Amino acid sequence: MSDDLRQTPLYGLHVELGAKMVPFAGYDMPVQYKLGVMKEHLHCRAAAGLFDVSHMGQVIVRAPGGYDEVARAMEGLVPVSVLGLAEGRQRYAMFTNDQGGILDDLMLANRGDHLFVVVNAACKATDIAHMRDGMPGCEVEEVTDRALLALQGPKAEAVLARLLAGVAEMRFMDVAVKASDFGELWISRSGYTGEDGYEISVASDQAEGFARAVLAEEEVEPIGLGARDSLRLEGGLCLYGHDIDEGTTPVEAALSWAIQKVRRRGGERAGGFPGADVILNQLENGAPRKRVGLLPEGRAPMREGTEIYTGPEGGAPIGKVTSGAFGPTIGGPMSMGYVPRDHAAEGTQLFGEVRGKRQPVTVAPLPFTPANFKR
Amino acid sequence: MKFTEEHEWLRVEDDVVVVGITEHASEQLGDVVFVELPEVGGEVAKDDEVVVIESVKAASDILAPLDGEITEVNEALVDEPGKVNEDPMGDAWFFKIKASDLSQMDDYMDEAAYKDFIG
Repeated sequence: MSDDLRQTPLYGLHVELGAKMVPFAGYDMPVQYKLGVMKEHLHCRAAAGLFDVSHMGQVIVRAPGGYDEVARAMEGLVPVSVLGLAEGRQRYAMFTNDQGGILDDLMLANRGDHLFVVVNAACKATDIAHMRDGMPGCEVEEVTDRALLALQGPKAEAVLARLLAGVAEMRFMDVAVKASDFGELWISRSGYTGEDGYEISVASDQAEGFARAVLAEEEVEPIGLGARDSLRLEGGLCLYGHDIDEGTTPVEAALSWAIQKVRRRGGERAGGFPGADVILNQLENGAPRKRVGLLPEGRAPMREGTEIYTGPEGGAPIGKVTSGAFGPTIGGPMSMGYVPRDHAAEGTQLFGEVRGKRQPVTVAPLPFTPANFKR
Repeated sequence: MKFTEEHEWLRVEDDVVVVGITEHASEQLGDVVFVELPEVGGEVAKDDEVVVIESVKAASDILAPLDGEITEVNEALVDEPGKVNEDPMGDAWFFKIKASDLSQMDDYMDEAAYKDFIG
């Protein structure tokens, strides 16, 4: 089975650094290094962590009419204002289906003459096919010769600024292309940990040199997928295939903030994306259920699949945990899950059934740790 | 000291057997974040699930290696589950059991055999 796994350009470096490698979305990826998940997580919140996210899909979409034509075509697939995205800016989006469900979540960047798209590893083949089908007249090119690294944490700016001019000035969700000792870098001030930081696309054959240069900075430790997961969960961020999927709408998933006014009813470019009827209706009238933060009492994590009840015994489950783990920064367990909207108010006391026992859990605001973005 | 295939160690101390998990097991588990211990005084049968361990990765159980009565549990692990990673073979024992039949110990591996077992 492992014979079929793909490797990123940093595979050799991961092994050299003592990473424990696991299969993830068809790639052999580092789940943790020598520090272990807990210390890696805390290090990223305190200083800076380097992540290999090269398994994610990098896609360039062009059209003869330039960015505007691509943006209009993309607006047919996502409920987000792509046309309203300024040059050099990035925003979060999701592909929807006809039922209003989410096919994948992604990042869109206006890079002047084209749209740069970053999608989840597990969905990239279907996403690319979806764009080719759904964006007639556009050329959809998967970038296969570049690695993608994330440098995250409060020291990320200081570290990257030592290696590269002009990155400290970037604000959250800015994107830039910069020449460097490691060839052309495509940089965004973003990430998926709730921390300030950058995602950096670098040519495959320069990726290891770049990674070594970053890791040589004393604030930086390599961070695996294990800590990436607990960091994003503390940050209240959704993991596709767990917290969001084809059966959850953006409104249910509490991602309405990603849908700009211009795409909502009464907006200049309202609707026009798959599932618009369902999503726009839910935006006005609310969705029957909602993704919420859940803080279990005690120390035991309430993991994915835990059923949620209104009372300490009896009754049918009203919802389910979609992500659950121990939060190293908050020093306790944390979960996200879906509950009916009349049980979704902050402070609502519910119960999750762990190993046959109902444990109290409280609906809590997300994120669990305050976001540390440089806006 | 004896070892089980479930990666527990057993050490006879006077008339009780102290039970913990091996260094190898603690490395495989990753950082331990939650420990649920059995009741002191409870009678357990071999292979009963007596301890729940949650790590950053997953939940797992410790099975009672012997029939007997739980005489003491290591309450310190409840507040500081991370001790299981720091000192699995020493301070981070889980429980002590008064075995009804100490000959059940004979089924388990000695250190050399356990080392072979984990490769």
